[in-house]
Amino acid sequence: MNLAYFSSLAMVTATVIYLVALTAHAAEWASARRVDAGPSTTDGSPAASSATSSTAGTAARRDRIAADLTRVDRFGRMGLALTAVGAALHVAGVVLRGLAAGRPPWGNMYEFVSSTLAILVVGYLVLVWLGKMRWLGLPVTLLLSVGLGLAVTVFYVAVAPLVPALHSVWFVIHIIAAATAGAMFNVGGLASVLYLLRTRAERRGTVRGYVVRLPQPEVLDRVAYRAVAFAFPLWTFTIAAGSIWAEYAWGRYWGWDPKETWSLVTWVVYAAYLHARATAGWKGRRAAWLGVVGVAMFWWNFVGINLLVSGLHSYAGI
Amino acid sequence: MKPVEFLRFLWTQLTSMRTALVLLFALMIAAVPGSLGPKILPQRPNNPVLVREWIAARPELGAVFDRLGLFDVYGSPWFASIYLLLLVSLVGCIVPRIAVYARAVRAMPPGVPKRLDKLAERASGPTRLSASDALDAGERWLVAGRYRVRRQGNELSGEIGYLRELGNLAFHVSILGVLAGIAVSSLFGYKGSVIAVEGSAFSNTLSQYDDFAAGAFFKASALPPFTLWVDKFDVSFERGSVQHGAARQFQVTGRLAGPAEEPRPTILEVNTPVILGSSMVNLIGHGYAPIVTVTDPSGAVAYSGPVVFLPQDGNFTSLGVIKAPDARPQRLAFDSIFVPSQSTASGVGPRSTFPDADNPTLWGTVWTAPPKVETGRPENVYSLDKTEFTQVMDGAVPASFRLAVGASYTVPDGSKITFDSWKRWTKLQVSSTPGLPIVYGSIGVAVLALMLSLFGKPRRIFARVTDADGVRSVDVGGLDRAESRAGLGDAVAGLADAMGASVSVMGVSGEPAPGRRGTKSQLTLAGEQLEESE
Ligand code: HEM
Repeated sequence: MNLAYFSSLAMVTATVIYLVALTAHAAEWASARRVDAGPSTTDGSPAASSATSSTAGTAARRDRIAADLTRVDRFGRMGLALTAVGAALHVAGVVLRGLAAGRPPWGNMYEFVSSTLAILVVGYLVLVWLGKMRWLGLPVTLLLSVGLGLAVTVFYVAVAPLVPALHSVWFVIHIIAAATAGAMFNVGGLASVLYLLRTRAERRGTVRGYVVRLPQPEVLDRVAYRAVAFAFPLWTFTIAAGSIWAEYAWGRYWGWDPKETWSLVTWVVYAAYLHARATAGWKGRRAAWLGVVGVAMFWWNFVGINLLVSGLHSYAGI
Repeated sequence: MKPVEFLRFLWTQLTSMRTALVLLFALMIAAVPGSLGPKILPQRPNNPVLVREWIAARPELGAVFDRLGLFDVYGSPWFASIYLLLLVSLVGCIVPRIAVYARAVRAMPPGVPKRLDKLAERASGPTRLSASDALDAGERWLVAGRYRVRRQGNELSGEIGYLRELGNLAFHVSILGVLAGIAVSSLFGYKGSVIAVEGSAFSNTLSQYDDFAAGAFFKASALPPFTLWVDKFDVSFERGSVQHGAARQFQVTGRLAGPAEEPRPTILEVNTPVILGSSMVNLIGHGYAPIVTVTDPSGAVAYSGPVVFLPQDGNFTSLGVIKAPDARPQRLAFDSIFVPSQSTASGVGPRSTFPDADNPTLWGTVWTAPPKVETGRPENVYSLDKTEFTQVMDGAVPASFRLAVGASYTVPDGSKITFDSWKRWTKLQVSSTPGLPIVYGSIGVAVLALMLSLFGKPRRIFARVTDADGVRSVDVGGLDRAESRAGLGDAVAGLADAMGASVSVMGVSGEPAPGRRGTKSQLTLAGEQLEESE
């Protein structure tokens, strides 16, 4: 029984709790489906039907919908509360891991993924607190369950000291920046996915259940943009910090190592995303797709490259 | 189309936003083949040996790929053409925008448009103030909100957020700065490396380098004169079960002296290079050098000392050639493998099980060639020209040896090789990248400028006071010049309020504007906006 053991215990428990939170959010959406599919009005659109309930509906129907809504809301609050508990354990797991190792807990892929997701969940909770963004609950808990689940099962490695190349202040600066930027890219990516879902449903006239409870497309787009706007300068800094570090550690500031190259590709994708948003014919769905490609690049760089491609950045097992 | 027109057309196309977008895509896709890693598509600058092997394994495809530059993607003409086009497009795009911006900054905010109801947000209502009081109050409100204000008759215009465009321009200009810094580095910089065995010294002159590359404007006088003694190189590797064999420490203990200086102790580690003015000495590699003594059949010592071997894998199984060109009657060479921790399993050949020297073993075969006059021409010390040398046989099998430290092997012809001991060597790199301050300065500006640009809120807001039918009312409208801004409605309502109006706030569609304080009562039961507010 030592710190490393408790760290792992906390991480595994957090994963399980995230799974339960995911289930609660799924139940939230599932029960919302009934609300929105209520008896349709003359124009036949379910969304409009509930919006105009005061004119078309009877008091009984309104009561039923209100009761359903309370249940929907209860599931949502449950999901959020569980996520908060999971987050507390998750952060404790990261901190204990750092204490166990006697160094910042991001020296290998297991640690990097768990730290990044910890920043993500904290960021999400802050966003919920500040901006009522609970609608991100389902995709966020999905990402957390899958991500942390993979981390504790597949990527897990026991605590070990660092290789010499990581003995640097840049190890702290570069990686905190990368993980924070990464977490916000994820928020942006999830918002873009939801934007794509919602606009697709709108085009097909199938705005129901899950989709109805999402904010308007403009809001989704704005959230995605703000997350990227937060992360992109930080990502620029991350790459610069990495290159300063490389100059000290390896004697060259840029070497087209796979990890460096993919970081730059990710950066270019987001530059394209920002341009696309300002270009007629590209704003909207196409830009949102770029936002999704951007996070995909991020994960490919941080997981795929480590597993599949060897380069200077592959150290310390996986 | 006349040629001039055509050129102008091309230029307009090249400097359009859409082209910039396409070029960014092209850059993104073009960068991919070079980043698939050495296993899939090795790159010559990083892995020259793997490239040779790749081509040898698939000669036809390899030749085609080579011609396409796929083994040096980032140095290939097509990659260069993409970023050069992007550069031209960037310059062509920002220069005119800088001019426009320079004018806009000096100009007053535009006048109030005739029809305020075309604007994205508007508010209107009767005011209880006199016209001039209302305008005064509105002006105060705008000034307090840091708007630049223009007042004309009974109209007010305010504009804010000039920093956004400034940030945007500064960001794009600083990309040019980064490229300029890279260019300065590659024109004036240099990079050289040398292998130094423990106990040896390196003096910083061109002739001492194993490898040296410099930019077009480099002068040898730019090399700072110094001597570095590599007295001791300490390494340690993980011996525990977790990450067994991973490196834990590399440290050179040495001495450093400028010209006519007393040597002073110095430490060189992976993340702590020695910095000498604009040059830097990095520790970039290490390996083993077995120390051997070779005697020829007459008993004369033909070679004695360390020989640098090159590591082949993570456990430092290392290849090298021990050459004794002075041996007579024949020159001698030993094609050898140094294994720092020889596997003790039976029947296993030269294979190392740990990177540290726990059980150092020297394996090899023996080769001879007739004596040769010294030409002074450099030859590759790491490889043996097997067209020149012939293998020495021991009966029907090649003569070969496997030696522990202290042991020796006598070749059938009477010559002898003794594995005396071993040392470590370090690979030192001396380099100067004089453009780096420009690069990082520009990136610093870029990050700050980005923040201005991404968070800036360029906004225009207009107000007009009218008297009609004895009712004095205020009309306010606003528009955001960048997307994804929120709070415009609040600003419009705020100005109207300041001007004494009790207002009704309208969005473009005439619907109550979504996502704003004051509209919560409009939340629908379906929850469309339950979760949303600003
Ligand atoms: C090296 C290539 C380029 C990169 C990396 C790049 C990057 C960016 C980024 C990150 C932004 C968003 C931040 C901001 O709004 O300031 C942006 C915006 C912008 N870029 Fe570029 N850019 C490049 C080239 C160009 C070119 C060639 C043009 C000319 C057509 C251009 C025109 C613009 C414009 C007009 C905006 C403002 C968009 C808006 O209003 O949101 N950029 N660029």
